[in-house]
Amino acid sequence: MSLDPGTLAPLAVTFESLTDPDFWVSVGVLAGIYAIVALGLQLNTGFTGIVNFGMAAFMAIGAYTMAILVIKAGFSFWLSLPLAVGTSMLFGVLVGLPSLRLRADYFAIATLAMAEVVRLFAQNARDLTGGNQGLFCDLDNPSNCYPNAWNDLSESINDFVANFWSDPPTLLPLLLVIWITVGLATLALTYLQRSPWGRVLRAIREDEDAAQALGKNTVGFKLQSLAIAAVLGSIGGFFLALDLRTVHPLDFEPLVTFFAFSVLILGGMGSYRGVAFGAVLFWFVLEGTRFIDLPDPPFTETRIAALRLAITGLLLIGLMAFRPQGLFGKREEMVLGE
Amino acid sequence: MEAGQLTERVTPAMGERLRERLRRQPWLGALVVIALIFLALVAGEGLHAVAQTGVNGLSLGAIYALGAVGLTLVYGILRLVNFAHGDFLTFGAYMAYLINVTWGMPLVIGVFWAMVATALLGLLFERLLWGPMRAKRAGFLQLILMSIGLAFLLRAIIQWFWSTEIRVLDVNTTSTVEFLGLRIGQTQLVVVIVGVVVLIAVGLMLRLTLLGKRMRALSDDLELAETAGIDTRRVINYTWIFAGALAGLAGVLAAAITDLRPELGFELLLPIFAAVILGGIGDAFGALAAGMVIGVMTEWSTLVIDARWKTAVGFLVLVIVLIIRPQGIFGRAKAI
Repeated sequence: MSLDPGTLAPLAVTFESLTDPDFWVSVGVLAGIYAIVALGLQLNTGFTGIVNFGMAAFMAIGAYTMAILVIKAGFSFWLSLPLAVGTSMLFGVLVGLPSLRLRADYFAIATLAMAEVVRLFAQNARDLTGGNQGLFCDLDNPSNCYPNAWNDLSESINDFVANFWSDPPTLLPLLLVIWITVGLATLALTYLQRSPWGRVLRAIREDEDAAQALGKNTVGFKLQSLAIAAVLGSIGGFFLALDLRTVHPLDFEPLVTFFAFSVLILGGMGSYRGVAFGAVLFWFVLEGTRFIDLPDPPFTETRIAALRLAITGLLLIGLMAFRPQGLFGKREEMVLGE
Repeated sequence: MEAGQLTERVTPAMGERLRERLRRQPWLGALVVIALIFLALVAGEGLHAVAQTGVNGLSLGAIYALGAVGLTLVYGILRLVNFAHGDFLTFGAYMAYLINVTWGMPLVIGVFWAMVATALLGLLFERLLWGPMRAKRAGFLQLILMSIGLAFLLRAIIQWFWSTEIRVLDVNTTSTVEFLGLRIGQTQLVVVIVGVVVLIAVGLMLRLTLLGKRMRALSDDLELAETAGIDTRRVINYTWIFAGALAGLAGVLAAAITDLRPELGFELLLPIFAAVILGGIGDAFGALAAGMVIGVMTEWSTLVIDARWKTAVGFLVLVIVLIIRPQGIFGRAKAI
């Protein structure tokens, strides 16, 4: 099962790019986006015991609703954000209502199917979503591009930063805003987890029948958990759309959900603080494959993509086999569905 | 007034009887629904179009069914939701490509090699991953994420060696056979025949042989089967050989009527899951029938909606089944 002796080649390669600030900004932006998404998964899977394989759909709905409202309907960027969050949340509730009554494995398959339906819709409803072209700024009419409002803000942040640091990286403001969001979301979730509401979620994870016997409306609580994850997913979706400057169906493949699962597992089940750490570690490794100049034969572009896929796969297999609680998680948080 | 009372007394009783009947034999309900869809389509689009798309549906259905039988056996016996099953199909397809195109040998040899290689792959992972994980009493989330990791790893290996380029097997895609006024592609005909013959053979084997009986015993209760003196390890190995060989075959058939890409199997996985759930988890016959039904429904859908949307049919079936009857049309009402 070895991937060719070529995999060892990076050792012979210089690590110059590791001192490149662009590398770190790119790692930081992706890590932050996936930290936000993985926080939603932590709430669902880590603390409520619902295995949500549909995060990519919430991200897609967040990004697409925002881009469609701004580009097609001429809404202001700032107004489109709450509307997109609301749409994603509504979608989460609609999906959760029938499917949260199911057993964990059925729920996982159902959410994965739901995410694929959303992606199929994005690919095929061309008039609305641009199909396989995706949504991007119309160069003939650049006045209503979704990144415009963001670009203005971004520039003013960088003007301010320039007082201390000449020539900051262009993505620095995005990085700052994303990580402030990560911090706020982590704090809010940690606070919620300590509240009585959070204790009910854990009770549901440990023993749903017992929680029900205590008079808790368990489906209702699970629905709230899913809705919050939908909100976090859609926020991750916006930031991805701002980072990539396009909204494209391929950016919301099921793989995206499992990137977030890798982040979650790496950080540790049942630990909100671990998520940020897991995200940075995961994207450091994954972006590393892009930034380190691997020699072209044998490392073609598709092979580097394959390498990233293999790293994700091996990480999931290895962690599940040897350390299912992740690097910082607690062993007892991993007893799901036995 | 009296007539009203009479109908009031009779109707609930009849509804009750019907509901009772449907509860015990839900596949009857499914059959009625399919028949109604068939009649509606014939009325709207004509018998010829319905039959023509139906033939396409049978070849797609054979692929779904072959994939679903293995997935459902593994799911039922080992309680493993194997998300890597789709990539078993891809692996089989590329193994056949290796023999058939790279080495220029006949496809028949490619098919055999694909089945053998994929069966060995199934055994390998049983030995390396699933056996040890069962011994550790791994939880559901551990196993499901591990199978997803395995799916990515397999896809990565295929992408490493064969890149993402779209490839085709060396099959005749142009000549067609005329049959009752239907134009059927030669390859497609072979796919339907091979698929149906293999499926019947598998069905008979599961029903008539001792191995099939043992598999069903394990599926009911693995520990009880072990207590009853069944060599569970051997049966589990046979299950993987079955699942692997059928997945390999399904992959080659899918590649023969479409093309080869590293995502081939992962894209087939969700309709195959739909067949597994519709047929009732662990029920090989259910998976067989459900795979065929979903294949035919998918192709029939192209008569009324744009073909771009046909993949959604499998998902739609999945969602409807999960909402209405998660134990499947053949499944017994266990705790879902």
